[in-house]
Amino acid sequence: MLEASDLDCQRGGRALFRNLSFALRGGELLRVAGANGSGKTSLLKILCGLLTPDQGEVRWRGESIRRLREDYARNLVYLGHAPAVKDDLTAAENLSIACTLTGIEAPAQSVHEALARYGLPAGEVPVRKLSQGQRRRAALARLLLSQGVPLWLLDEPFAALDASAARLTEELIASHVAGGGAVAYTTHQEANIRAGVLRVVQLG
Amino acid sequence: MIAAARCIVARDLLLALRRRSDVATALLFFVIVASLFPLGVGAEPNLLRAIAPGVIWVAALLSSMLSLGRLFAADHADGTLEQMLLGAAPVGIVAAAKVLAHWLVSGLPLVAIAPLIALQYDLPAPLYGTLVLSLLLGTPVLSLIGAVGAALTLGLRGGGVLLSLLVLPLYVPVLIFGAGSVDMAAAGLSPQGQLQLLAAMLVASAAFAPWAIAAALRISTE
Repeated sequence: MLEASDLDCQRGGRALFRNLSFALRGGELLRVAGANGSGKTSLLKILCGLLTPDQGEVRWRGESIRRLREDYARNLVYLGHAPAVKDDLTAAENLSIACTLTGIEAPAQSVHEALARYGLPAGEVPVRKLSQGQRRRAALARLLLSQGVPLWLLDEPFAALDASAARLTEELIASHVAGGGAVAYTTHQEANIRAGVLRVVQLG
Repeated sequence: MIAAARCIVARDLLLALRRRSDVATALLFFVIVASLFPLGVGAEPNLLRAIAPGVIWVAALLSSMLSLGRLFAADHADGTLEQMLLGAAPVGIVAAAKVLAHWLVSGLPLVAIAPLIALQYDLPAPLYGTLVLSLLLGTPVLSLIGAVGAALTLGLRGGGVLLSLLVLPLYVPVLIFGAGSVDMAAAGLSPQGQLQLLAAMLVASAAFAPWAIAAALRISTE
């Protein structure tokens, strides 16, 4: 599904990686490993199209993602470093807006179910009043509504999560991969995800 | 696509509703700047009537600049901008929706309150229509042009000053024709020419600015 060929990336005049090539098919899990500052986030941003590589290209089903643009964006979920939730909105409002923007149907009922599964308090609480970990949960709850989206790109999905939320996220990733989806994620921690094919890209 | 645009407009209006002080700041700035002039230049009715269109237009222009810095900065900081760029709708549509919401929150209230300000300058009643119409056509152009500058200076240090330097020269034609239309009407001539030019600027900027904003946002988020 996703193919990266000969990617070069420089940030701040320093080469992060050179000639990086790999392919990710449906049913495969890709773990991007590396020390701080080794370019994990940059690689994910290149894969989702937010960052242009200095050389090389990323192809989705054989076509360059630069040409596909929003046709590619409809096929992916990207959860970045920042939780991408608005402080003044409630978790439910944030989630339904995020889904509408990515073209996913999200009726109020399933939004509330998703938030409840991630253990977020129901009711009209603005995200500002939630803890860092709860914000993270509010962002990750999008995964529950994105089961039909083939490609997940997750940047540090386990950061700031407690054991139970991390386990739920691992299960979601495993079931997405088992269902034929592709997942690429970065992590520092050892995550325990069962997947048929596990690939590792080691940076740095 | 339409759903995404509607969602962004609704979201930004909801956010403005939750942070009313931000909206009030720009509007209060407009009212205060426009109210200081009669106090400063004295209560000579003929002088006030003569400077009214220019002063009201300059105040509207500065007030619309005041809120530009926030247009994309908050979304950039919390990561929601990245999500919008990766949304199912073309980025140009996203940009257009953001600008529309910005104008509804910061431009439209100025248009609505302008007649009240004009009262302080003893502007003759028949000119109110022209003033409101010129602002109604001109303030969206200010938002559209300003948004291009805001997108270009996103995430830069000292971006606020750079934004003013970048955007103010581009505001000049809007100011000239906006204030000029009211002056024309005050001189007893038809303001139609100026208003049509403002309308042409609105059409042109509405057609091209969203794509320029989209390109600028892509560069700024790299």
